[in-house]
Amino acid sequence: MALLHVIVVGAGAPLLVGSLRTLKARLTGRRGAPVWQPYLDLRKLFGKTPVVSVTTSWVFRATPYVLAATTVVAALAAPVLSSRPPLGFAGIILVMYLFLLGTFFLALAGLDAGSAFGGMGSSRAVAVAALAEPTVILAVFALSLQASTTNLGGVVERLAGDPQLALNPAHLLAFAAFFIVMLAEAGRLPVDNPATHLELTMIHEAMVLEYSGRYLALVEWTSAMKLLLFLTLLANLFFPWGVPHVRTPVAILLGTAALVGKLAVLTTALAVLETSIAKLRLFRVPELLAGSFALALLSVTAVFLLR
Amino acid sequence: MALAGYVLAILLGAGGAAVGGAGMLGHVWHVSWPWLVPLGGLALEMDRLGGLFVALVGATSVPVSIYAVGYAGRERRGVLAYLVFVAAMLLVPVAANTMTFAIAWELMSLASYLMVVQHRTRESAHAGWVYAVMTHAALACWLAGMLLVGAWTGSARFADWAAPMSALDAGARSLAWALLAAGFLVKAGAVPAHVWLPLAHPAAPSHVSALMSGVMLKLGVYGVVRASFTWLGPAPVWWGATLLLLGAVAAVSGVLYALADRDLKRLLAYSSVENVGIVLIGVGAALAFQASAAGPLALVALVAALYHVVNHAAFKSLLFMAAGGVVRATGTRDLEAMGGLVHRMPWTAAAFFLGAAAIAALPPLNGFVSEWLMFQALLQNVRLPMPALNLVFTVAIAALALTGGLAVACFVKAYGIAFLALPRTESAASAREMPGSMRLGMAVAALACVALAVGAAGVVATLAPIAETLVPDAASVSTRGGLTVDVSSGFATLSMPAVAIALVGAFLLPLLGLTLARARPSPRRYETWGCGRLLQTARMEYTATAFANPFTRVFDFVYRPVARLDIDAHPDSRFFVQRIAYDNAPRFVVDEWLYRPAGRALRALARRAAAIQSGSPNRYLAYVLAALLLLLVLT
Repeated sequence: MALLHVIVVGAGAPLLVGSLRTLKARLTGRRGAPVWQPYLDLRKLFGKTPVVSVTTSWVFRATPYVLAATTVVAALAAPVLSSRPPLGFAGIILVMYLFLLGTFFLALAGLDAGSAFGGMGSSRAVAVAALAEPTVILAVFALSLQASTTNLGGVVERLAGDPQLALNPAHLLAFAAFFIVMLAEAGRLPVDNPATHLELTMIHEAMVLEYSGRYLALVEWTSAMKLLLFLTLLANLFFPWGVPHVRTPVAILLGTAALVGKLAVLTTALAVLETSIAKLRLFRVPELLAGSFALALLSVTAVFLLR
Repeated sequence: MALAGYVLAILLGAGGAAVGGAGMLGHVWHVSWPWLVPLGGLALEMDRLGGLFVALVGATSVPVSIYAVGYAGRERRGVLAYLVFVAAMLLVPVAANTMTFAIAWELMSLASYLMVVQHRTRESAHAGWVYAVMTHAALACWLAGMLLVGAWTGSARFADWAAPMSALDAGARSLAWALLAAGFLVKAGAVPAHVWLPLAHPAAPSHVSALMSGVMLKLGVYGVVRASFTWLGPAPVWWGATLLLLGAVAAVSGVLYALADRDLKRLLAYSSVENVGIVLIGVGAALAFQASAAGPLALVALVAALYHVVNHAAFKSLLFMAAGGVVRATGTRDLEAMGGLVHRMPWTAAAFFLGAAAIAALPPLNGFVSEWLMFQALLQNVRLPMPALNLVFTVAIAALALTGGLAVACFVKAYGIAFLALPRTESAASAREMPGSMRLGMAVAALACVALAVGAAGVVATLAPIAETLVPDAASVSTRGGLTVDVSSGFATLSMPAVAIALVGAFLLPLLGLTLARARPSPRRYETWGCGRLLQTARMEYTATAFANPFTRVFDFVYRPVARLDIDAHPDSRFFVQRIAYDNAPRFVVDEWLYRPAGRALRALARRAAAIQSGSPNRYLAYVLAALLLLLVLT
């Protein structure tokens, strides 16, 4: 079961990124690379000899593996295929702090090489992560309040039984808040542009500039997995229908199909969004995050008022 | 002589840990010497809560004293003060009446004052002065509170207070609580009474900073807990709500100032303000829950607060010890003058790294467990049907989440700028690793951080009975199978061993996979990519100030920085710039709005009062006579 989780998330993530890129290309009138291009990129990167800066320490070399570890454990803790994930006790707090652990290492690795780019990227990345943190916690808190548990699987199970959920204002506000921070956490437009290498605008790409070879492969792969996990959380927590509550093979198969369907919708929405807006100036990003925080706070207040 | 002193301190600490540990597990006792001093005499009483704090002081002073052996070396000054400091801190939690408490507390404050001014610099003199003023203002507050309560209840013994106090009206009890809490909160370093902390901690020697930050602040928390839960009878909701808000403000502002600071030890001092804030959030939540008849939830919150107290003692003393080593090796506390120390001081770097990850509440270390527990306690406020209180809780949750994110940023900065990349100065480039005893002290504290995380269920099982003596109610935090922590029967669960094993397994998995696939060619070492420039120097590196810049911009309503740009041009042509100075230092709202006006008012008052000080003995004798006559008339 645990292995299945890791395989679905690990193997699905490059496909998700590939289809997102293809969709964006089609939307902007290009043909674009095939959807399986990220797999080819990863294979190429794994085969190359990495170059490591002489100024770096163990932090730089350990970081890709730590990133992989935190993402995999987060995948085991999130309700991906069913509402009973392998680390079934986990809540959003564990998942968020696992991602923070990854950010902690990655930001240190950015500083480790001693180039100004890395430091710039690290500084910006931790700023975005720190400002996104309260929104994620509050948005999921709004859900936990309705489900009276902080266990992610528990939230999915309780909310699935409520047909009026989609009309609940608290739910809609929390969804909007979570969607915005998902963009920030996964480094998508308008917060960060994953397709650019322009010094002054990049965040994540600046931080990982020194990575190459298998290290870069791991970093890219895990950032794709992070996007997949955030979209999955968005899909399964806010639209809990179709998530199986048992672990039988048939149920898991159906759950996977439902997940793929939901992710397809979300990916299309993301592609449309990314082709229709421009990146925000770096110092406008906090305003966006403050806005999403206000939405999350409103959603929690709405739960209190409507109970 | 110095060595003997610190060995004695180690023994004292170990003894304290043993006695306190026994008390914590329920081995209670009391002794008293009524004839020794007036006003009730000396009396000591051990209970579970006192035992926890005694054990905490003892257990923290063991590694710190081991460290001090190497750190202080042959320096004799401060050894006696250090011993008195440790002994007094061991006594505070078991003091059973006003007199004993006041003596122990004052010894603790005076001994720490002596060590703050030990270096005899201008800076430490100023720090010591502020510390002394704040401590004694605090003393005036809590002593007034204790004397009031003593007068109302007719007893100086703490254990006799609760019953008669419950009979008093709410206004009187709240007055006593306000005095006591204000006094203790100054010691705990809560905003806005934290001003002494960022001055005194950097000025003291590092082993003293470790104890001051690791445990002395916690005795302030101890005072707040005692006063709020046991001394004054049932608490109204607003006591808890006040502490919750104070804690939220302290947590966020503490971490924000830590983030903007470039002095390594002052950064740690501000981060102590933050952590005390987190503890106060827990204590306040417990009080508010208890006042709203939600005992089981109060227990969760109180266990979370006590857990964080223990955790903070472990990682903050570790961080101060590591910072002390860095300061000694480089001769500076300025982050911008460090860098690259991970290559020169690998042990210290590893210790600081572990402490940084723990204090940033990252799994699988101990800070995460207590913050997780704190979140679970706060999130359950939904069970209280009071919208205003719910909103206060929501603010606290948001503050806690923001604090978590900012703490990560803060310690990325502290570790990344001080230890990684290239050394920025000569002294950083020639830094030497610390001697063995200092490394041993850090290793013990580092192990404690790991043990407190993996043994989370055991810690919770130990702390729950202690919290139950304050909030008597059914156990709402339990452990399953000795491994899993369960909050409010299934509201939330956490198994730290599982998280740790999963993380380690998932870390080794790709490593193993790549090795098996023979896809691990050894990396080529080369220079950092630098856009075609030829040489990499430390001047290309990001600085601490630059790192904090996004935060100083976003939170400029907190920092209120005054940007100053001075450009010195050549006298003949303004196009030849000789020197550029840029300063963007934060201003401190509390200083500007509270302490400066208060200081000015006090000075004006003193100037008026100076009129009666003529210097003539006859006049003073006349004052004495007048006072005597007045007393005779009045009585």
